[in-house]
Amino acid sequence: MNMPVAKSEISASIPSAPTAPAAAKVLALPLKQTAMNTRMRATLGKFAAAVLPPLIMVLLLMVVWQVLCMRPGATLPAPTKIWIEARDLIVNPFFVNGPQDIGLGWRVLISLQRVAMGYGLAAVIGIALGTLIGQSVWAMRGLDPIFQVLRTISPLAWLPISLAAFRDSQPSAIFVIFITSIWPIIINTAVGIRNIPQDYRNVAAVLRLNPFEFFTKIMIPSAAPYIFTGLRIGIGLSWLAIVAAEMLTGGVGIGFFIWDAWNSSRLPDIFVALAYIGIIGFVLDRIVAGIASVVTRGTAAN
Amino acid sequence: MTHYCRIDHVDKSFKRGNTETLVLKDITLEVEKGEYVSIIGHSGCGKSTLLNIVAGLTPATNGGVILEGREVNEPGPDRAVVFQNHSLLPWLTVYDNVRLAVDKVFGQTKSRAERDAWTLHNLNLVQMTHAKDKRPSEISGGMKQRVGIARALAMEPKVLLLDEPFGALDALTRAHLQDTVMGLHQKLGNTVMMITHDVDEAVLLSDRIVMMTNGPEAQIGEILSVPLMRPRKRLELVADAAFLKCRQRVLEFLYERHQYVEAA
Repeated sequence: MNMPVAKSEISASIPSAPTAPAAAKVLALPLKQTAMNTRMRATLGKFAAAVLPPLIMVLLLMVVWQVLCMRPGATLPAPTKIWIEARDLIVNPFFVNGPQDIGLGWRVLISLQRVAMGYGLAAVIGIALGTLIGQSVWAMRGLDPIFQVLRTISPLAWLPISLAAFRDSQPSAIFVIFITSIWPIIINTAVGIRNIPQDYRNVAAVLRLNPFEFFTKIMIPSAAPYIFTGLRIGIGLSWLAIVAAEMLTGGVGIGFFIWDAWNSSRLPDIFVALAYIGIIGFVLDRIVAGIASVVTRGTAAN
Repeated sequence: MTHYCRIDHVDKSFKRGNTETLVLKDITLEVEKGEYVSIIGHSGCGKSTLLNIVAGLTPATNGGVILEGREVNEPGPDRAVVFQNHSLLPWLTVYDNVRLAVDKVFGQTKSRAERDAWTLHNLNLVQMTHAKDKRPSEISGGMKQRVGIARALAMEPKVLLLDEPFGALDALTRAHLQDTVMGLHQKLGNTVMMITHDVDEAVLLSDRIVMMTNGPEAQIGEILSVPLMRPRKRLELVADAAFLKCRQRVLEFLYERHQYVEAA
């Protein structure tokens, strides 16, 4: 983004130098403006190309939805009905009217808090276990089959066991997040560690790096692209799991809100909640992807 | 009589299942301090394996390597390796790649400022100071190899091991880098062991050329001393009788007596 700025300044200043001062003033001003204009137009064009097509599609889908659900016997509410009935939820995410009547923003934050704890724990333990089974053949032989079986178990199937163990809904929900998101992190980290090129190991051997230096200076940077793939799958899965877990455990999360709305027949509220979940999930994925692209800068290319 | 570096009756065999192949058989080679020795042979003759044994990256099946009177059997910075594919760490800058080696080898003995100066000094030796803040992906293959050489030199190795260092480079870059290595050897007096499959390169750079027979059970076929004065000039040597004679000897060895056999 810096380059076009510099270029436009240069192109604006060059013609003003050789001409007489009076003429230069007259000439320079419109030149600068056109340079600014083309730059603005380019940025606007890029923005429009990225935003307009999905926007048009959303509008189109809304219209179809509206047409389909306007019939008298329709089972689902049309967009206009959702707007009328759930307006407070849409326009103000952060209202507080009572202990159970709060904006969806608050509910999402509570769910995010649980995800942060469960996912954070899964990231730390997952990378550690992944490193272990990536580095040690015996750890892999012993643990890998167990992980391969455990990872196929549905997150919700763990819920009764964790409820029995923790006797409280909050740690149970966190445990479900943890157990859901840890498998892709372990498996991808292990693959990344196993794929460290022999060349880097040779360099480490010649330099006589100790195990700790090898871990921080070679292993983690080299496996970073794989680790972040695991972390990205993990955050997606944990966001999927939290909604389901909260539906069963209750509390004030976004999942429980959907269940509660279903029980009191507030279908429009559910649609709004779904939109929230989708957008937050998208943002979470983008955040992890963004961190990954900063951290793994230069690692993949060689 | 003691030698600076001695490869002593080294055998190397690889096991796969029940079959055991002897790759290197009874290799004995002495290298004197400051000497430049090339090892040449057809591909698959085990010359890289031999270098890896000296580096300590591959254990010898029998025999061993003695450096300054002490046996070496694990890798270490006293036998720095310049790898064929440069092996720079892509997430570190050129400076940091060399600095990692400097910090590891001189962490106890040099101050922070001295290590910084030593890193820059070695980058300067290979004329790479200008790219010190670039990452390996941003510089050319020849430049990467220069940084690889700087990293190896920065360890102040007793023996510098070069594993086909110019193999992956185009002819012009290769010639340029050969001149650089020649200049460094002249200036620093390193003891160098180089693997190569380029006859001209071997004759131009070496004091002695070790020619290996074809594997399996590769042995040292012949050792040729190169009686050329240093400093050597590429252009002057093109028509030099001694140079041509050495070249012919190596070519005869490789293409008449020990022709390359396709894997049977």
